[in-house]
Amino acid sequence: MSKYINLSYRDALKSAIREALKNDERVFLMGEDVGHYGGAFAVSKGLLQEFGPERIMDVPLSESGFTGSGIGAALAGMKPIVEVMTVNFSLLAMDQIINNAATLLHMSGGQLNVPVVIRMGCGIGRQLAAQHSHSWEPFYAHVPGLIVLSVGTHEDARGMLLSALESPDPVILFEYTSMLNLEKEIPEDAGAVDIRQAKVLKQGKDLSLITYGTGVYKCLEAADILAGEGMDVEVIDLRVLRPMDEETFLTSITKTHRALVVEDAWRSVSISSEVAARIMEKAFYELDAPVERLCGVEVPIPYPKHLEDASVPQVYDIVEKVTKMLRP
Amino acid sequence: MSEEEIKKTIFQLLKRIAPETEPSELMPEENIREALNIDSFDALQFIVAISEKLKVEIPEEDYGKTTNLKSLVSYIQNKTK
Amino acid sequence: MIEFQMPSLGADMEDGTLVEWRKKPGDIIRRGDIIADVDTQKGLIEIEVFDEGILEKHLVMEGQKVPVGTVLALIKPLKEAKNVEVEKTEGEVPEKREELEIPHPIIEKKPMISREIEEKTEMPRIKISPLAKRIAEENKIDYSKIKGTGPEGSIVKGDIEKLMISMPQEAEVTEPEVAEPEVAEPEVKPQAPAWDALRMAIASSMSKSNKEIPHYYLEKRMNMSKAMDWLKERNRERPIQKRLLPVAILIKAVAKALDEVPDLNAVWEGSLQRKNEINIGFVVSLRSGGIVLPAILNADTKPVDEIMEILNDLIPRARAFKLRSSELGQSTFTITSIGEGGADKIFGLIYPPQVGIVGFGEISEQPVAEGGMLGIKPVIDVTLAADHRATDGLVGSRFLAALNKYLQNPDNL
Repeated sequence: MSKYINLSYRDALKSAIREALKNDERVFLMGEDVGHYGGAFAVSKGLLQEFGPERIMDVPLSESGFTGSGIGAALAGMKPIVEVMTVNFSLLAMDQIINNAATLLHMSGGQLNVPVVIRMGCGIGRQLAAQHSHSWEPFYAHVPGLIVLSVGTHEDARGMLLSALESPDPVILFEYTSMLNLEKEIPEDAGAVDIRQAKVLKQGKDLSLITYGTGVYKCLEAADILAGEGMDVEVIDLRVLRPMDEETFLTSITKTHRALVVEDAWRSVSISSEVAARIMEKAFYELDAPVERLCGVEVPIPYPKHLEDASVPQVYDIVEKVTKMLRP
Repeated sequence: MSEEEIKKTIFQLLKRIAPETEPSELMPEENIREALNIDSFDALQFIVAISEKLKVEIPEEDYGKTTNLKSLVSYIQNKTK
Repeated sequence: MIEFQMPSLGADMEDGTLVEWRKKPGDIIRRGDIIADVDTQKGLIEIEVFDEGILEKHLVMEGQKVPVGTVLALIKPLKEAKNVEVEKTEGEVPEKREELEIPHPIIEKKPMISREIEEKTEMPRIKISPLAKRIAEENKIDYSKIKGTGPEGSIVKGDIEKLMISMPQEAEVTEPEVAEPEVAEPEVKPQAPAWDALRMAIASSMSKSNKEIPHYYLEKRMNMSKAMDWLKERNRERPIQKRLLPVAILIKAVAKALDEVPDLNAVWEGSLQRKNEINIGFVVSLRSGGIVLPAILNADTKPVDEIMEILNDLIPRARAFKLRSSELGQSTFTITSIGEGGADKIFGLIYPPQVGIVGFGEISEQPVAEGGMLGIKPVIDVTLAADHRATDGLVGSRFLAALNKYLQNPDNL
């Protein structure tokens, strides 16, 4: 048995970056304030001192420019980790990400791989208001040519980056700023993880809770509360939002026959709509009740704490919804 | 189809019609209907079931060849050859 | 307001227990709909309704035992607006129908066998989960009358499973008569009436018969060569499932003979009262003892083939105690038949208030003198027991002669 260590989400991300930098000299980190400032969220604090300015690179405030540079570096044989401070600013880099990173392999007839990894701080919960609290996972998960990963657990914070760097194709990593200080136990020797499949984090037989990102720990907590009430739910972390691993949740539904999809993103045209559609297409005759969803309220995210909390599903919302579904 | 398989099917179908009896205890030359107390309606149902299950045509004039286990089995064997 | 009453399913029925309502207030009721299940001494019977309207109110709760004639529910008739004559079915009064208020198309009368399907297409949409529906269909479970416990009252997997456990005979009976036997047959007995109850019902009606009805008996041996040849001829062309049994001919011949001698197709209630319809009650004996008496309605007008089809449907259901109200208690004359391998003759006891019962023994080969020659022929010994208050021996004798005439001329059946 391996030993367990207590680690914050931030430290898990940082140790992954450090390990990547150590393992492969083609790897470097570039982004706004990642060097001297130590990263807007202190994820890369101390790395400049350890690895030097060539590998921990501060860039101008120009998302399109530096993301494009990262893509260029990847084409030239490097393994860049591009940090976009928050997903909100990635809108400016979308042209580079979609028109270049995602399409070049296709446009070049399979000659040009773009092994860039783009990390984005993401999600709500820090009172950063409407322009800094987006959940853009559905945007990116829409685009063929990208691999879109959602870092919902500490083990994935520790391991997903390492696996992403092995990918020949562009990977978008969604990291959740609200979880940075959260500490969890992970195996001391945790490292690279699978980035093809969703993961059943808790087995259950009554209902499948399907989620990703900040929904993961909320659903696990809800599942604990529900277990106390005699409801045995299964929790699935989607992890890979593109290409979506449907087999895991379809298998789960074959067992539980009910599903609730939980996410922070707005309901319309979201990850949950995709999951619900696939369940309907491929597991219709396994369903014992309509698939239900808990999603972000469709408003610009409010600033006040109580309204911000009310705008995305919380643990008690999940408990209440599941209870209604299982005991109508 | 082997004799055993045919017998097994016969017993299943008889058990269905006469659940309280033990068709497997039938003697080879015992009259099935008399032994299991099966009336003419159920007898027809039995013949229908046999013909559907084993895919054999049983014309009415052959009903006489289906009265005991021995003759019924050999009749079906001949038909399914 | 139409009062829907606990029907009498035979003169010996005094009361019945309402086991389950199949229709709830607000439901549209159409002629022939099954409105409730009633437990009687003869088993669980599906009660049909012969009015149309909207179910206003249940007056008797599930589980209540009430005497025959008790008003069970109120049905609000559909307003008379435009009367549409429905294609007249033989033996039936043309019904008046209010077209606009019935949202479903008028369904033509079909033979009994297709009724299940007919009911299904007429059913209002039921909320059932795809999984529950799939399980129900795989197991041939009728989920039309259960209440769902899922979201919005929908039927979910658990409801179907509960139904499968609590009413396993449902699954068995809805299977085709000769279903695939490799499916491990559920070890369940049909929902039989309490054994004593059935025995007591037979005891009470037969005692009444023996005590009150002065029976007279007639007997005639009839040559079955022509009838058997006729049968063989027909069966030769048919697939095995469509083959006819001699009993189908006998039933038809009795019905035709009754048409000629209507005094036997009657009841005795202080005086002889002839019945317009010839509904032949047919004694079905149960393997485990006891008899039930379903009726073949208007048997005189039905071809022999159809009578056989009805028997194919009726006998297994009778044995499973799954008869409908219209199939019980409406018979106007009774046949009891011993079948092959049985006794030579059977002398029946009349089922009151009827006035006659005919008994058929085994068809066997006997020496028969005919035109001065002795030959071996298949013959049947036919007996008639009739109520001497209602008719005399001459009537009975005319009946047997008429019956014999039809058996000698099967083409006229």
